Amino acid sequence: MNVMPMAPKLKIAVVEKDVDRSRLIVDGLCAAGDFDITVLGDEATISRRLASIEPDVVLIDVANPSRDALEALSIASGATERPVAMFVDQSDDETTRAAIEAGMSAYVVDGLSPSRIKPVLDAAIARFHMVSQMRSELAAVKSALAERKTIDRAKGLLMQARGVSEDEAYALLRKTAMDQGRKVVDVAQALVTAADLLK
Amino acid sequence: MSHLRLHCGFVPLVDSAPMIVARELGFAQEEGIDLVLVKMPSWSALRDSLVLGQTEAAHMLSPVPVAMSLGLGGLPTRIDALMVLSVNGNVIGVSGALAATMRKGGWTGSFHDPVGTGQHMIRATDRHLRVGVPYPFSMHAELLYLWLGALGLSTPGELDVRTVPPPHMPDVMAAGEIDAFCVGEPWGSTAVENAGAELVLPGAAIWSFAPEKVLAARHGWVEENPEAVGRLMRCLAQAAKWLSDRDNRAMAGEILSREEYLNIPNRIIDRALMGRIVTTARGLQAEAPNLLHFNAKAANFPWRSQGAWIASQIARRLGLDRKAAMEVGKACFRSDLYRTNLGKLGIDMPGASEKVEGSLDHAEAVASTRGSLVLGPDRFFDGSVFDPSPDQRPV
Repeated sequence: MNVMPMAPKLKIAVVEKDVDRSRLIVDGLCAAGDFDITVLGDEATISRRLASIEPDVVLIDVANPSRDALEALSIASGATERPVAMFVDQSDDETTRAAIEAGMSAYVVDGLSPSRIKPVLDAAIARFHMVSQMRSELAAVKSALAERKTIDRAKGLLMQARGVSEDEAYALLRKTAMDQGRKVVDVAQALVTAADLLK
Repeated sequence: MSHLRLHCGFVPLVDSAPMIVARELGFAQEEGIDLVLVKMPSWSALRDSLVLGQTEAAHMLSPVPVAMSLGLGGLPTRIDALMVLSVNGNVIGVSGALAATMRKGGWTGSFHDPVGTGQHMIRATDRHLRVGVPYPFSMHAELLYLWLGALGLSTPGELDVRTVPPPHMPDVMAAGEIDAFCVGEPWGSTAVENAGAELVLPGAAIWSFAPEKVLAARHGWVEENPEAVGRLMRCLAQAAKWLSDRDNRAMAGEILSREEYLNIPNRIIDRALMGRIVTTARGLQAEAPNLLHFNAKAANFPWRSQGAWIASQIARRLGLDRKAAMEVGKACFRSDLYRTNLGKLGIDMPGASEKVEGSLDHAEAVASTRGSLVLGPDRFFDGSVFDPSPDQRPV
């Protein structure tokens, strides 16, 4: 039986302070292969931690402000140090684009073969997609909640001021909105603001 | 004129004013541009969105187009600096603790003494000074290395340089992670208010005419879209001219302070716009008339020699071929396009496209197309000069 020499496990660092998000990413990576994964949550110490871990791949949210510190690390590496970090694989524009669209940036140590990195990036991109979807869903739920609160307050104000039922109050808001070509929530917000001013 | 939508990335800073003013006061619209401004969380994010075509142009640190064209950092791409959007504008600040140590050592607290302040700063720390700069390729880093280097420090080797996006500089200082910083306004003034920092020197005291931000775009896009490039440059030139009138700056401060732009009270933004810096939380004031220029003294002209200077500094630090790098730097700064696109506006153009940087001690009239151009001063604090001609040996 031929025994192939095993390449050492890829060391991956994930920079993400939200625990749920980082778990989602790590789960995805674990399903894609056997890696040595470290999650870095504390952004202030990133440079120091990364220098001691010496990861092969760093995965980080595109919008994370700590990215500029990673850039500095990648440039500072002199001839004596490990050549660190280029932005994804320069020969693979498509993966780079997919990563950016998913909201992910990846720093990969120079000289790793594309066949070893590809599965990592593919898995990570899929997971970052899920993360950004989660984030926008959460934002949508939050704003829907805020809208309902505003409309409820406006309805209450109308019921009190004009002695109408809840349904009638809502119908009045909706009619005003339609007449003025505005959204119900905008009319409600205007009413709430005006009422606060008149208090 | 046909309608044209252009996306421009910016990082929230006082010197992003030309782009914001171009949009808000209708200069972009006059050129038929729907200018969409995209606020970026970091310089890397701004750079990537430009390279990948998510934005057509960007408010960029002047060394970044040169570094990228040299193949350094990120996806190596040829990026052009179409015009300079601002000159100077940075401040150097120290932590309250370092300021106290410097005072004990005899520092007088002057805001305009690069030699004395630098020497006291170096003397006041017994380990490597931890300095925050916004980006590895930035005028902030270049000025700091030039300044402390000329005062005897080996730079950047004897500094502990931390990279921090500008809006985070005050927090990082408040957390005790850095002893000093060089950052664009209003983040230095914010650090005075919120982090007990003390401002010790304007960047202009190190180099009195340093190209700070440029209008950057992909070289390929520039070549393919000459019409759009022309319109964009013209509306920004109009915005820069409007900003050069001090009477307009209070209004500019008000616009910049909005949530979608800097989201900072305009009384803090006004300090840089008006050249009146409050250096300590106790309210000590310093006049700094040369703090920031948007248009005066041909500020918008992208001198080939500015690109060459930046390239020369980077090449020296990273051990690249200096002569070849300087050629790349010169090619980045598109004085040719500036002449073609802005000549029509009646802007007075200098006769030459490169100059010996650092040679003007005073304001001086120079040869120009309309004969009314005054340049300078553009001194380096140590009196050095930079000749961009290729056969000059480094000094």
